[in-house]
Amino acid sequence: MSVITANARDSGVVTWRNLMNVRRQPDLLLGATLQPIMFVLLFSFVFANSIGDDPAAYREFLMGGIFAQTVAFNSAYTTIGMAADLEKGVIDRFRSLPMARAAVLVGRTAADLAVSAIGLLVMSLCGLLVGWRIRGSFLDAVTGYLLLLLFSFAMSWIGAFIGLISGSVQVAQSAGFIWMFPVSFISSAFVSASSMPGPLKAFAEWNPITAIADAARDLFGNTARTGVLGRSDAWPVQHAALYALISCAVILLIFAPLAVSKYRKVASK
Amino acid sequence: MPPPASSIAVRAEALVKTFGTTRALDGVDLEIPSGTVLGLLGPNGAGKTTTVRILTTLLKPDSGRAFVAGHDVVADPDAVRRSIGLSGQYAAVDEHLTGYENLYMVGRLYGMSRSDASTRARELISRFRLDDAGDRPSKTYSGGMRRRLDLAGALVAQPAVVVLDEPTTGLDPRGRMDTWEIIGELVADGTTVLLTTQYLEEADQLADTILVIDHGKVIAGGTADQLKAQVGGERLEIVVADAAELAATAQVLAEVGSDAPTTEEHQRKVLVKVDTGPKALVEALRRLDQQNVSVLDVGLHRPTLDDVFLALTGHLAEEKPEAETDDKKTKGRKAKSR
Repeated sequence: MSVITANARDSGVVTWRNLMNVRRQPDLLLGATLQPIMFVLLFSFVFANSIGDDPAAYREFLMGGIFAQTVAFNSAYTTIGMAADLEKGVIDRFRSLPMARAAVLVGRTAADLAVSAIGLLVMSLCGLLVGWRIRGSFLDAVTGYLLLLLFSFAMSWIGAFIGLISGSVQVAQSAGFIWMFPVSFISSAFVSASSMPGPLKAFAEWNPITAIADAARDLFGNTARTGVLGRSDAWPVQHAALYALISCAVILLIFAPLAVSKYRKVASK
Repeated sequence: MPPPASSIAVRAEALVKTFGTTRALDGVDLEIPSGTVLGLLGPNGAGKTTTVRILTTLLKPDSGRAFVAGHDVVADPDAVRRSIGLSGQYAAVDEHLTGYENLYMVGRLYGMSRSDASTRARELISRFRLDDAGDRPSKTYSGGMRRRLDLAGALVAQPAVVVLDEPTTGLDPRGRMDTWEIIGELVADGTTVLLTTQYLEEADQLADTILVIDHGKVIAGGTADQLKAQVGGERLEIVVADAAELAATAQVLAEVGSDAPTTEEHQRKVLVKVDTGPKALVEALRRLDQQNVSVLDVGLHRPTLDDVFLALTGHLAEEKPEAETDDKKTKGRKAKSR
């Protein structure tokens, strides 16, 4: 069997194993869907009235940001899953088998991608309830979802790397989440980057989460009523979809090899 | 040097592995003829797990070479992985998968087709007496059942060499007996087994050859009988009713024994090595009776592997199930003398 088919088959087996784990532990899925729902409701009803003067427009603006934040948080689930497998000795068993080296990582990130897709679906339904609508074309909407999933997958590889260097599930639990908060909040996910003070503004403009959020708004046709939540002239802000794609590619190119090489080292200790 | 002859299933030459400043392996050699069981015996931190991890390609040695089923563990790890089955010291089963699913997954990862993996998984579930539990998530299993499932995982691909790293650590006596029975069956099938254990009884029961390892070095090797012969002689043990009689008892045992007796005051017990076996026992009892010492218990024992270990290392290799079993963290246990 060729290397590629062996890789695909082994990755498929590990993905199946990880998804069975999710199915048998519904609380995992609850975590991945409850938090975004909470954010949609909190921001829609607590903040919407004080940000800008049109709460309905803010809710429309908000959804792209929450989509971006939620798929970014996918990396934390990968971090924890990876650390748990290491701690329980499952990785040792995998490593003693004549299977493809990268399959453990591909299987983990692929399964987390599937969980992420479920999260997106639940959130979209929740968004529809608070008045969000897809106002663009069908094709644009599909592209929007695909871009979100691609970003989720890329972030998952950062998560895998962090999980491998954490050393324990406890460390992974905080290490996986803590950096996500500044990274997701210093972006245009919830407020416009142009309203932020100097250095934060520059960070937000170049933050891939800003690009993902803005690209999602564009592709779902949610930009007509944004009013004061407008965008700056910075290049990544003006070319959100392109910059989003570039960001995903760069993250994958850096973190996939990093995670694979770290996996080999960690696993052979 | 050419790879080892096919009648040798596993060979290690001068394996050295250092973690930081700890020399976990300090030149370990071993050889396992095909179809036999080698017991690697030693306390926590002796280097057993490190040896296993090198032989199963999970760890690279700093120096030295090892071959499993004729394949170099460093140069050709994939070929080694295809020839081995590993069962860890903690059962590495996925607790959310059922027993069947665990074995099916392992089969698929050995490259078996869906139907072959499924058939093999069912076969092993029934062979390991997990029929009733096969379709339940394995987290509902008892410790013994999990260990059986983990063992089954090592056998999925019917590998030539099976490596069992402390297969009964942490099991209750029933689970241990169960596991021993299964290892016995395995051996009957002609599989080569490398077994690590800190239980002397286990090595005695299961292994054809035993290597005693301590501080990263092999300090003795041979069959259980050969090792016991190294210690020599039998031991006579007398337990008396009154601690005041211990001195007199020790006096008598000094006369009939072949070396100085030892006294364990708490247990009111005196022990001595004897060369003449039952004759020494009868003589000791006769003399004690003359002195009106009331004997509560008396015994004549062949040396156990515990005695062997004590004689070789100056410390005991007793069971400490709660102890850390990580080679990297634990040093040899404190010397203990009688």
